Amino acid sequence: MRYGALLAVVLALLAQLAWADGRTAKPTIEIANPGKCVAPAEEMRRNHMEMLKHQRDRTMRAGIRGEPASLNACIECHASKATGSVLGANEAGKGSNFCETCHSYVAVKLDCFECHQPKAKFKAAGLKP
Amino acid sequence: MSTPDNNPRRKFIAAAGASVAGLGFTAIAPGLHLMAVGEAKAATEARKAGSAASSIVRWGLLIDANKCAPGCTKCIDACHTENGVTEKLPDPRQNSQWIRKIELTDRRNGKKTELPMMCQHCAEPPCVDVCPTGASMKRADGIVLVDRHTCIGCRYCMMACPYKARSFVHAPLTEQNPEVPRGQGCVESCTLCVHRVDKGQTPACVESCPTGAMTFGDLNDPASDIAKRIASVPTTQVRSDLRLNQAVRYQGI
Repeated sequence: MRYGALLAVVLALLAQLAWADGRTAKPTIEIANPGKCVAPAEEMRRNHMEMLKHQRDRTMRAGIRGEPASLNACIECHASKATGSVLGANEAGKGSNFCETCHSYVAVKLDCFECHQPKAKFKAAGLKP
Repeated sequence: MSTPDNNPRRKFIAAAGASVAGLGFTAIAPGLHLMAVGEAKAATEARKAGSAASSIVRWGLLIDANKCAPGCTKCIDACHTENGVTEKLPDPRQNSQWIRKIELTDRRNGKKTELPMMCQHCAEPPCVDVCPTGASMKRADGIVLVDRHTCIGCRYCMMACPYKARSFVHAPLTEQNPEVPRGQGCVESCTLCVHRVDKGQTPACVESCPTGAMTFGDLNDPASDIAKRIASVPTTQVRSDLRLNQAVRYQGI
C-alpha cells in the first residue's frame, strides 16, 4: 500500500514535469477540412490502421467499393490546402502535414504512400510510348 | 467437363441476375435512384457501393485484329494516362508495360497483322498458381490482379505468364493515379481498368480505340454484345492449347 501511494505521487510529479509548457515536443496536427470524419478522433487515433487494413482487403480482394474507411477519402479531407498532400512540410514550415506529423513523431514507418498517391485530386499524366 | 463458362447452373443464375438488372435500377447517390424502364442497357453497370464483385459476370475483351490500325498506339497512350504509367528508366527494358502492340507476319505471303497484347485474364491463371504469397489473385468476376499489399516482388508470376503480360516496378514512383496505386518492388499488369469497370465504365483502351477494334463486356451474359459476337464469328484464344480459358479473345488472327 505504502509503495503504491509513493508511486502515485512520483507519477503525478513526473506527469507534471512532462506536460509542463514547452518541455515535450508534440506533433502539430492541422486538419484541412475538420468535422467530417467517419469516426470520433479518439477512435481514429487508435484504430485507423485496422480500419484501413480491413477495408483494403475487402476492396482489393472482394471488389467492394464505396466503404466509409477509404484511404483516398482520408486524403481528400486531410491533405493540406497549401501543398495538397498529406506528406511533407506544412504551409507554415513548422511541422509536417497530417499523416507525416504523427508518424514521424512516433517513428512509425509510413508505407502506404510508396504506392498510394498522397496528393488530393491528383491527375496522373501518361507517357507516350 | 463443366468449366465456369459452360456450367448450366451458372447460366441459370446469370439469366436470373440479368432479368433483375434489366429493370434499370441505378443508384445515383445514397437514397437516390434513377429508374429507367426500357431495353436500353449500358455495356456495363456500376456495382452498388458495398456489394462485392460476383462470379455471375465474367468480364472479357474481344479484339478484332482486322480493325487494329497499323502503327496506331492510342490504346497504349490511353492505358498509360489512365494508370499513371509515367516512368522512363535509363534501361528501357525496365519500363512497365501494361499493354503492347504486336506485329504478326505470315512468312508465306508477307501479310502483316497488328494486335494489342496484355494480361489475358485467364480463368485458370498460371500466375495465381505459382504465387508464393497469394498476392496474385483472380477476382470473382474473372479479373486477374496483383494485391500489392502482399506482393514480395519475387517475379515468379512473370516467369509463369505465357503472354509476358506482367512487369516489375524497378524505381520509386510519385505520379500515381489516386485510383491506381502502384509502386517499386511489386509486380503489376493490366487490371482491365478495374476501377473504371466497377464504376460502370469500359477500360481506357477500349474507349480510346479509334476504329472500334475492342469490345468489352460480360462473357456470361448471352445478351451482351461481346457474347453475341463470340457466338457468331470465329474467335481465338491465344495459346488455347494451354487450356487457360482466357477472357481476352482475338478475331482475325
